[in-house]
Amino acid sequence: MIAEIGLAALWLAAALAALQLFAGALALKQGEGAEGNEDGHFAQLVRPAAITQALLAALAFVMLLWCFAITDLSVKLVVTNSHSMKPMLYKLTGTWGNHEGSMLLWVAVMALSGGLIAWLERRLPVRTMLATLATQGFVALGFYAFLILSSNPFERLPVPAPEGQGLNPLLQDIGLALHPPTLYIGYVGLSVAFSFALGALLTRQVTPEFARVMRPWVLGAWVFLTLGITAGSYWAYYELGWGGYWFWDPVENASLMPWLAATALLHSTSVLAARDALRTWTIMLGVVAFSMSMLGTFLVRSGVLTSVHAFAVDPERGSFILVLLALYIGGALTIFALRAHSISEGKRFAVSSRESALVFNNVMLSAILGVVLLGTLYPLLTEAFDVRVSVGPPYFNPVSAIFAVPMFLVMAVGPLLRWREDKPARVQIQLIVVSSAILGVLALVAVLGDYSLLATIGLALAVGLAIAAFLPLRGRRLTRVPLATWGMVLAHFGVAISLFGMASESAFTKERLAAMVAGESVSVADWQITLDGVDPIAGPNWTAMEARISASRGSAEPVAVTPQARTFWAPFQATSESALLTRWDGQLYAVLGDSAGVDAEGMQRWQVRVWWKPFVTFIWYGGLLISLGGALAIIGRLSADLKRRKAARRGAERRNEARALAAEMKEELV
Amino acid sequence: MSEPKPAMKAKHQRLVLVAIALAAIVAAGLFAAYALRNQANYFYLPEQMSANPPATGQPVRLGGMVQTGSLERQADGITVAFVVTGSEAATVPVRYSGILPDLFVEGSGVVAEGSLQADGTFLATNLLAKHDENYVPRELEGLHGEEAAQQAAETVSYGN
Repeated sequence: MIAEIGLAALWLAAALAALQLFAGALALKQGEGAEGNEDGHFAQLVRPAAITQALLAALAFVMLLWCFAITDLSVKLVVTNSHSMKPMLYKLTGTWGNHEGSMLLWVAVMALSGGLIAWLERRLPVRTMLATLATQGFVALGFYAFLILSSNPFERLPVPAPEGQGLNPLLQDIGLALHPPTLYIGYVGLSVAFSFALGALLTRQVTPEFARVMRPWVLGAWVFLTLGITAGSYWAYYELGWGGYWFWDPVENASLMPWLAATALLHSTSVLAARDALRTWTIMLGVVAFSMSMLGTFLVRSGVLTSVHAFAVDPERGSFILVLLALYIGGALTIFALRAHSISEGKRFAVSSRESALVFNNVMLSAILGVVLLGTLYPLLTEAFDVRVSVGPPYFNPVSAIFAVPMFLVMAVGPLLRWREDKPARVQIQLIVVSSAILGVLALVAVLGDYSLLATIGLALAVGLAIAAFLPLRGRRLTRVPLATWGMVLAHFGVAISLFGMASESAFTKERLAAMVAGESVSVADWQITLDGVDPIAGPNWTAMEARISASRGSAEPVAVTPQARTFWAPFQATSESALLTRWDGQLYAVLGDSAGVDAEGMQRWQVRVWWKPFVTFIWYGGLLISLGGALAIIGRLSADLKRRKAARRGAERRNEARALAAEMKEELV
Repeated sequence: MSEPKPAMKAKHQRLVLVAIALAAIVAAGLFAAYALRNQANYFYLPEQMSANPPATGQPVRLGGMVQTGSLERQADGITVAFVVTGSEAATVPVRYSGILPDLFVEGSGVVAEGSLQADGTFLATNLLAKHDENYVPRELEGLHGEEAAQQAAETVSYGN
């Protein structure tokens, strides 16, 4: 019954999305809303349709959660992805740990954002709003069709199964459980930005006001994408047991590309909001950002990553997303091509100005996006011609660095410049401070050690950027600095911190691999690692060998760490649980390997691999700082906007009162 | 406030911006294409490696099957030696010091990252083996002995 309610809610939501699309389109066609009210026959339907659709989609998702919570073994999706013995938390998170469930989560979040806009957003002209919601309905409709026609999450089995087939144990982890929804919220935020961009384009209202309305959504999407990427990277780092934090895996790239586009969009939206410049560029980026999140979904969900051939074997879902992709992106680009010329030129700016720095970095971000996109798609392309290539860090690192290094340099200077036009001489002291910091660190690192070029440059840039991040605050009273500016400072500082972590990890990591008998010690960097013993242990759905290792640094008390080699039995799978020991200046990372036979005296040996990774945690601290900066910017912008509108309203009231008063006085005089 | 008077007219500024953006994107494309062309030499099957070996020390990937019966653990307990074979008779001896990936077994697929040594051994710094029964490194898809891979409906996609 529960599954049927869910499916019915899904169908109804799809119907309402269609209503939202057609009512919006007809209202626009009939010229309703031109007087600034929504009383037209069709116009008045749009907002209620969006809100109801949101409630229905949320209901459908809750019904699926319920099926998973009670492990309803007559629902196919539950059988293939859950197991009655699984802990409750992972039963629930299992809802979106699979294709169908995660797509349902996607549309539910999308419908909820649409509902939220329909309910609260009153700043835009009525016609722009109608066009935006119609676009939103159009996008949603495609995803509903995809769910209902090719990946119905509520499909029943003819005969209920006796037991579920379990969830991949690699996915039974709280970090990973929260990771996909976080990314999805980011993707969906970009779809909202896309709807706004198309709405503005269709009604020729590409104005600073539009940018201000769109900005919180872009910022929000960006914050969630940042969090999602950070969490995913940390998960890969500790769960996969390879000690790496980024593998340039296509699935990772699929989340990085929307982030790059969102970063560019975010900054160009700021230019549009503050200066009424970069109108067409902002719209274009809105289209690109959403295209990248669609492409990400396609890459992850179509099976095309395993192999083009695997995709060809079961092409239904992949083709469906590909058609949606072509429809939305092709459609958006066509409208863009038809309408772009009608958007008049924005305000001009000089070569040395903040706009100019932002434009430069926008272009650099787009170039990096292009580099990542080509690198991700290239193997798929060649495989279609039966040539297998694999594109890895030797491609991505240097080629993206070519564009990232100038971008970081400009990023240090840009926030110091004034809008419109500025003389570089005005900020020469700051420029000297930052460039001498960069050159100093560069010289120091190059003299003191023999590290890779990229790591050396990264360390120098990180120090320069960290200083530069705070320079915009110079000479200002800190209590008067707007929240949004603090957000920028924090986010830019976060980039510096993250960059420092990456460079330091790549330059200073020490590694030790040993076959040890119980009681034996090895040293790595300034750590002393002793293997006390290895014991078998059992968990709720796994058994494991667990090493007891004591790690001590200098003369400090030894600390116990317990890496495990786990074997899950539903489904059968071996994983290694690394053990981490976090200090302020880095992380000790220990992995237990196989038994390594016996030594000369017949003692059992075990493989142990230990890394000391200085400042590696800064990579994720940086990610958190960036997200925090974004969150502050949202709060700052929204509250400033509310204040401004309150002031405007009060001003209008006062003017009216004054006018009334003047009229009264006039009457009295007469 | 009056608008600044740059040397350019509004139309021209837009044109210049578009030109710069295009130039940068084209440059990115060219860099990428140049770098990618070299990547064609990045992945080797055993038969390619014996016929046309990469330069000694050049970082490449070698992909194939771990030959049954070839896995040998060295006395130090951490180094293993095995032979990687492809769809033809060609074989490449591989040496690897480290923890073997979960489910690394003889007769299944592996992608080894590392470089060819002067003595003809491939020194691996990292092994990418399947990390669950469904996952196959995508370079190995379609090689013989990988029936399991063909049934693989889903891969473990740890970034989704």
